[in-house]
Amino acid sequence: MADTETRPEAPPSFYQRQGRSGVLLSWLFPTDHKRIGIIYLTAILSFFWVGVVLGLLIRFNLIAPGRFIAERTYNSLFTVHGVIQIFLFIIPGIPASLGNFFLPILLGAKDVAFPRINLLSLWFYLLGGLLIVLSVFIGGGPPDTGWTFYTPYSIRTTANVSLALWGVILLGFSSIFTGLNFLTTMHRLRAPGMTFFRMPLFCWSLYATGWLQVLATPILAITLIILILERFIGIGFFDPLGGGDPLLFEHLFWIYSHPAVYIMILPAMGVVTEIYPVFAQRTIFGYKAIAFSSLAIAFVSYAVWGHHMFTSGMSDTARILFSFITFLVAVPTGVKVFNWIATLYKGAIRFGTPMLFALSFIFLFSIAGMTGLTISTLSLNLYLHGTYFIVAHFHYTMFGGAAFAFFAGLHYWFPKMTGRMYHEKTAQLAWLIMFVGFNVLYFTMFLLGLQGMPRRYFQYLPRFHTNHVISTVGSWILAVGLIMMFGNLIRSIFKGQKAAMNPWGGTTLEWQIPSPPPAENFATLPVIERGPYDYSRKK
Amino acid sequence: MNTAEGFAEGHRIDAAGARMGMWIFLFTEVLFFGGLFLIYTVYRVRYGAAFLQGGRLMDTAHGIANTVILLTGSLTIALSLALLRKGKRGLSLLAQGLTVLLGVFFLAGKYVEYSAHIGHGLYPASPVLLGMDKGKILFMGLYYVMTGVHALHVLIGVAVISWTILLTARQKITPRDTIKLENTGLYWHFVDVIWIYLLPLFYLIT
Repeated sequence: MADTETRPEAPPSFYQRQGRSGVLLSWLFPTDHKRIGIIYLTAILSFFWVGVVLGLLIRFNLIAPGRFIAERTYNSLFTVHGVIQIFLFIIPGIPASLGNFFLPILLGAKDVAFPRINLLSLWFYLLGGLLIVLSVFIGGGPPDTGWTFYTPYSIRTTANVSLALWGVILLGFSSIFTGLNFLTTMHRLRAPGMTFFRMPLFCWSLYATGWLQVLATPILAITLIILILERFIGIGFFDPLGGGDPLLFEHLFWIYSHPAVYIMILPAMGVVTEIYPVFAQRTIFGYKAIAFSSLAIAFVSYAVWGHHMFTSGMSDTARILFSFITFLVAVPTGVKVFNWIATLYKGAIRFGTPMLFALSFIFLFSIAGMTGLTISTLSLNLYLHGTYFIVAHFHYTMFGGAAFAFFAGLHYWFPKMTGRMYHEKTAQLAWLIMFVGFNVLYFTMFLLGLQGMPRRYFQYLPRFHTNHVISTVGSWILAVGLIMMFGNLIRSIFKGQKAAMNPWGGTTLEWQIPSPPPAENFATLPVIERGPYDYSRKK
Repeated sequence: MNTAEGFAEGHRIDAAGARMGMWIFLFTEVLFFGGLFLIYTVYRVRYGAAFLQGGRLMDTAHGIANTVILLTGSLTIALSLALLRKGKRGLSLLAQGLTVLLGVFFLAGKYVEYSAHIGHGLYPASPVLLGMDKGKILFMGLYYVMTGVHALHVLIGVAVISWTILLTARQKITPRDTIKLENTGLYWHFVDVIWIYLLPLFYLIT
């Protein structure tokens, strides 16, 4: 392995520089993309844990419904669990934390294009999170509509929906600003010689994500603003009493929220694409195919929202078209999976923790993709749509896909972000426990769904009991793995061994600067002369 | 691509980057209003006749006056940029000031217009409106929301142009560095374009 020798006199890291404003202010109003990334990461993972605890409570209720948790509380539990995990964890997740930290470095830039807009985006995120948390404790009680806020119930409920909606709108603007920043950064701030086709593929995935954030999120913002107006002054757009149509809300909601699924998964695909070449010590197979498939997925994702509404009431023509276009998503996704596997073929694979997470990503995400095809088939969807099959499917995409890739990136870039190594054996064991727990928890839900267990129900028939208990036990196993993983990472921030500049033998730009990076990233302007995954020169 | 230049200046970005950021922001704005135009389209198709009658509730003269005011504002903001580039800072300040004034006129006009409608009992969920047929309820709802969101954009524009006046006066915006004024102009033109579509949809469809 090259580059692992200890470096000579390193410049002070970005953690040490305080500027004129002192320690506190420099962390409250940072414009350094790395600090913003670290604050985002801390906040996002904190909210993740709140979501995890709520999820555990949902599962806990389902081993003995009614024994521990009341009906209305249960409705609020799955609503707030969904709102937090979707809007506060997985949508901002990878782009806002790892993306903010690494995008400028991967491009050879000093910062993003608009550092102050980046700060604004961070504050919108924190404020949005605060409003959502407040909505649980004040007013008419926590939202109980489900994270989708379907009308007309969301107009009529006395729960504190409006405040949570304001929170989500702020999070939307935060996401738009991040996307806008990343797009401009990639267009204007690449280092000399860093052509678009020499960018690491993580950047390409953020590029596709950026367009989705910019072009889909405003639809959600205006839709939720209308919903708030609906609640306060009753304009009637989504309310049958005022002549409106609740179905229109569903359309507008999913016009955003389906592309949002790819805002969640595209950066995840980008992260694992960085990891495979490094841990196989082999150049990426099909660079351009992977780059363009990100754009293709983003493009197709705008035209498939109707598959969320097959049972809501649409014409057969619309349903058949949406079903057909949904199948098309599998093509660029398949392109990615085959290229990843071709990258690993004949590679010298090392099973470090990032690689374990990245490999399990392929496995879990393939299950997610295959079951996705199952439920995009119209005839099967009509039977499965209201069941746990859907719950299992989207947890395989969001948790098994996006979150596992997030954890892969977290371990992969941990040395660079903190300057320390995590404990490898503990991390691997944590991965194994999580992997087992995850499958016990969610694969059981596929079976429950096929047996006909309706989703979101508080109570169920006795014949579902065994599987619910198995699933809940799975949630405990998963929680043990998560605690172990986070415990290891947090301990390693303080007690881990010092990390070298390039512990994995990577070839991209972040491994050519100290760990953690200095405030200006690069001492001298890097000049790029070859593609990002050139391992031939290292042999 | 002058990426090297951008790097050398550290956190400062070139005018082309700032302009690109503004255009991307305007794309999001198009989609933001796009959601509203989509809702309008759906209900216009469903309640075509009621929408035509709804158009009669609007004061066409008022709509035309609004349009003239806004388009003149677009002219003055464009002039202010051209004048500044020629080094005529005083005249540029005057043109920016006129734009702010026209924006305020527009908002005052909207206030008069809304007051008249509310005086006739035509506001969301009002007894008069709920007595009408559903198409008209939606027409008036769309009228308030779409022109309201637009007026909010005018208000923000007025605030931003007041800020560029300050920056121009303090020579933070100079003939060599006009990007802030240029981006403000782009935004103001965008707000006008939205109005160009709102005018026929609400005032001219009778």
